[in-house]
Amino acid sequence: MNTIPILSILTVIPLAGGGAALLASGQSKTSRSIAFGASLLSLAVAAAAWAMFDSGRGGAQYVERLAWAPSLGIEYHLGVDGLGLLMVLLSALLAPFAMLASWEIGPNRNLYFALILFLEAGLFGTFTALNFFHWFIYWEMGLIPAFFLIKLWGGPRRTRAANQFLIYTLAGSVAMLLAFLALYAATGLFDFEELARLARNGGLDSALFAKLGGSFFKSRETLATVVFFGVFLGFAVKAPLMPFHTWLPSAYTEAPAGTSMLLTGAMSKMGVYGLLRILLPLFPGQMRAMQTPLLCLAVATIVFSAAAALAQRDLKRMVAYSSINHVGYCLLGIFAVVRITGDAGTGSADRAAALNGVMLQMFNHGLTAAALFYFVGLIEMRGGGLRGLDDFGGLRKVAPVFCGLMGITLFASLGLPGLNGFVGEFLIFKGVLPLAGWAAAASTLGLLITAIFLLTILQRVFSGPLPSRWSGWKDLTSGERLTLAPVMALMLLLGTCPQILMRVANPAALALSKLF
Amino acid sequence: MQHVVQYLWLIPAVPLVMAGIGALLKRERRRAAAGLAIGGMAVAWVLSCVAFVASLGPDSFRATCTVKWFDLGDASVPLGWMLDPLTAIMLMMVTFLALLIFIYSLGYMAEDENFTRFFCFMSLFGAAMLGIVIANSLLLLFISWELVGLSSYLLIGFWFEKPQAAAAAKKAFITTRIGDMGLLLGMLWLYSKSGTLLFYDNGHGCLEAASLARLAAAATLGGMAVSTAISLLIFAGAVGKSGQLPLHVWLPDAMEGPTPVSALIHAATMVAAGVFLVARMYPLMSAGGHLAALEVVTWVGAITAVFAAAIAVAQNDIKRIIAYSTISQLGYMMMGLGVGGVAVGMFHLITHAFFKSLLFLGAGSVIHGCHGEQDIRKMGGLKKLMPWTFATYAAGMMALCGVPLFFSGFWSKDEILRAAWIWPSSPVPFCLGAAGAFLTAFYMMRQVSWVFFGKPAQAAGARAPAHESPGVMTIPLAVLAVFAVLAGFLGTPAWPWFQSYLNGEKVRFEPAALLASPQLNLMLVSAVVVGVAFLAGWKIYGNVAAQSLRAMDPLQKALPAFYRLLENKFFIDEFYGATVVRLNTAFAALADWLDRVLWTGAVQAVTRLTVALARFDSAIDELGVNAGFDAGCDGLRGAGRGLSWLQNGRVQRYMRIAGVAFSVLALALIWGCG
Repeated sequence: MNTIPILSILTVIPLAGGGAALLASGQSKTSRSIAFGASLLSLAVAAAAWAMFDSGRGGAQYVERLAWAPSLGIEYHLGVDGLGLLMVLLSALLAPFAMLASWEIGPNRNLYFALILFLEAGLFGTFTALNFFHWFIYWEMGLIPAFFLIKLWGGPRRTRAANQFLIYTLAGSVAMLLAFLALYAATGLFDFEELARLARNGGLDSALFAKLGGSFFKSRETLATVVFFGVFLGFAVKAPLMPFHTWLPSAYTEAPAGTSMLLTGAMSKMGVYGLLRILLPLFPGQMRAMQTPLLCLAVATIVFSAAAALAQRDLKRMVAYSSINHVGYCLLGIFAVVRITGDAGTGSADRAAALNGVMLQMFNHGLTAAALFYFVGLIEMRGGGLRGLDDFGGLRKVAPVFCGLMGITLFASLGLPGLNGFVGEFLIFKGVLPLAGWAAAASTLGLLITAIFLLTILQRVFSGPLPSRWSGWKDLTSGERLTLAPVMALMLLLGTCPQILMRVANPAALALSKLF
Repeated sequence: MQHVVQYLWLIPAVPLVMAGIGALLKRERRRAAAGLAIGGMAVAWVLSCVAFVASLGPDSFRATCTVKWFDLGDASVPLGWMLDPLTAIMLMMVTFLALLIFIYSLGYMAEDENFTRFFCFMSLFGAAMLGIVIANSLLLLFISWELVGLSSYLLIGFWFEKPQAAAAAKKAFITTRIGDMGLLLGMLWLYSKSGTLLFYDNGHGCLEAASLARLAAAATLGGMAVSTAISLLIFAGAVGKSGQLPLHVWLPDAMEGPTPVSALIHAATMVAAGVFLVARMYPLMSAGGHLAALEVVTWVGAITAVFAAAIAVAQNDIKRIIAYSTISQLGYMMMGLGVGGVAVGMFHLITHAFFKSLLFLGAGSVIHGCHGEQDIRKMGGLKKLMPWTFATYAAGMMALCGVPLFFSGFWSKDEILRAAWIWPSSPVPFCLGAAGAFLTAFYMMRQVSWVFFGKPAQAAGARAPAHESPGVMTIPLAVLAVFAVLAGFLGTPAWPWFQSYLNGEKVRFEPAALLASPQLNLMLVSAVVVGVAFLAGWKIYGNVAAQSLRAMDPLQKALPAFYRLLENKFFIDEFYGATVVRLNTAFAALADWLDRVLWTGAVQAVTRLTVALARFDSAIDELGVNAGFDAGCDGLRGAGRGLSWLQNGRVQRYMRIAGVAFSVLALALIWGCG
């Protein structure tokens, strides 16, 4: 099984492809084909990893370990459990989808497609690395291409959006880096699994205090909490959790459609992934201590972002806020599971439900939100740059297929049973209700408002009389239909047969739920 | 029965597959689309008949079938379906009505551009509704429930070019979703407390004795039993779907959809789903002798029954009148469930389904015949022009009003009133029910006088005279009329087959029960109520048919303020507009403001702070560090300059210095040694 370093191959393919695409100078069509081919190849590799995954085991699989700088605790350590594999597959699915969305992107096409591949490599690396050292390199490697993608190909206010995105995310990253250096200084470890083992035995807090405690940090708790917040900040910005989200609406709005798809589909999952992979195993005690404020923030993220989406008049901004809202359910699920309940047996089952829900929601939201940004991109392209809620109307008459497929996506996004969004949200709520009933009840308000603004999009854009200026509006071309067909099929398939994802997610969720 | 139930999933699956195929058909394939939908529903109907016959068998009362949906934790999430009399009777009703209405739609929608899509949506609706009916799991029920909401959304907004239709569709979805959030929370609570969402599972289901006892014994806020709290949350879903107060506002607006939709969805089946849900959850609602939930059901139902009937008195749109009548009748059903149990409420559900779809299809025929006119004040004298429609409509109207003995509504409504009469908690629901019966007969008389009697209206002016509808529309009317009359005889006090069937008992023929007290007295009372209301309605409206629109309603002349209140539906929509909608908009604006100003402001403040810190830093650098550094540099530079004078590359000077130095050294040595 471990003879082929499948995860390394997976990460190398987009890097090599990106390099090749850059070098195919002057030949924008060639480089585009190279890039697309590379993304399809990594999708095939990811699919192979998915197919061979042993769902009977909870821990990491396809593990690769190579000594790198043993004296510094640095080791090349890769591996995926169900969570990592879900995210790898999601990234691999979205990259070609995003490329198709930007197929005819403006100048410097070589660079654009190369950057998308570098971003994909960053995603793969982040979701497979198990040692902080190279994990952090990949984490930042995702950021840089994203910055340039926004900065070079974005909308009119791209520079500001890109800078804000970079600085904000970097600030979070720096906090996280410092926190990890503190952990390293205290334990000499960079390995996630070993750190988690130490944390489980209660050794992490005391090691931190033994090394770094002193005049400034009087108590063990304060020191551990400070380190916890450092790591937390990095993920809270990335996910995002309110109030660390203000970079998001403008970044998603200004980015070109294909980039927005990757930003919301895969990059926002880096934050949630980090919370599950790193924060939850390393700092369960701190999370438990901070649970109520964290839950309040998650509920605020869900409700306020939905309400803010309702107030937007720009379709892309609306979808951006809806993204915050959907990631908010993941955060709600994560913050709820640290709760200790009186009944150990049912508590564990509730936690497993919530964590499964979080993983499904991550995957499904990635798919749905990317498709929504794709549709908004199409509207913008056909509307000559217009994408206001009130700029259109009655488009269903001339573009019934467009309306039908976008309608399906919108309903998937609002969590209609039978489509992919429902199962994740249902499981999150199923898990959260017994653990933190008030938070679940308050969050249903978010579900309700989400329905309002998503249906408002359908109503304003597609219903009513057709303005004469749009009478020549083109329905989806066969190329666009072909692009969407796999996504639509997945939405239906995952909505009706969630077992496909649960096969991989459930063992990972079960393992995580037993941490407590 | 067990072997039948294994294949029960086919009943919703067949229409679902037809809907899926229909969705892929091109717009021009009209015949194929209609054929698929009608064929699929016909198959579902035949299968339902088989299931019904199986449920009549003596071997068992209920059979279930369970399948795993997906793994979850150490267990899995199952879905399941079941066959019991409640399911069987609903299956028969839904498939039969759907089939008739599909056929009727062939005529009604013949001209429509999106004919193909219409049948696809109708099949989807049928599948979802049948899913609710057969579900043995609250989760499967909820999934189907939401899909019913979706198909209702699609069908209300079917004429999407009309902005009102699009708005009505959204309103329906959102309003029912408010209730659905309650249902979702109730479902999750039930799940966490009982560990399963299967209703019946060989003693482990959530509606079986062990689980119910546990739920009834546990207490929550204010000492309320958990079973009651969950029941109330679930009832919130039923309130939304069945258009009960205060979530009734979407149902009248839903009349923007095509008439067959109104008949099938917003009269016969979908809106009855809420009543069905309460009937299905009845064991939970009454668990452990806690009757608070059922009292709430009763009161909501009774108040809705009168409230909506009163509004119907002052409406002029033929479909809206029937829509409010539907809300009112749904109130009766809820009240029936509350005071008399499953059989009482369900009996009215079944009879109502027949006569109300008859009335809607009749109204559709009238609208069709009048070329799209919906205002009853512009109609008149249609009795002669549309004899078939008139005859069948009259049958439906008398069934709705509960004309004694020969019409189904009489028997089912009588059951409800009798149960309300002996309800121990309060006599008020009975009075409300009786008042509602009076109003029902009154507004139906008003409508029928205006539409069918008097002289044909001239107000329509240039429009062609009204005409009778084609056979494809009138034949379903006739079939429905027969059922609207006969369905009542399934559950008379003398031969209560329906009640016995639902309760799994053997039916007995007891004609004496008709004459027992309070049965006879109540029958007389309702006969008098209906008679008086008919007379009053005829007296007021019998001779005012076919007026111009400007003429005032006689009731408006007599009681202008009251009429205005009714005409504007007690201003509920305006009230919601001023409170809920405005609150929502304000909240959205607040969230947006928080984002634009507060959070962004905070970020900007941090940015400014950082910039200011940088300035401060640079100032320190300039003044402190740099100043010292510069001074040091100057010193060094000076020293360097001095030193550099020594090394400026001029060889003569080096020689001179070397010479001088040598001389000095020589002198010193000589001097020193000498």
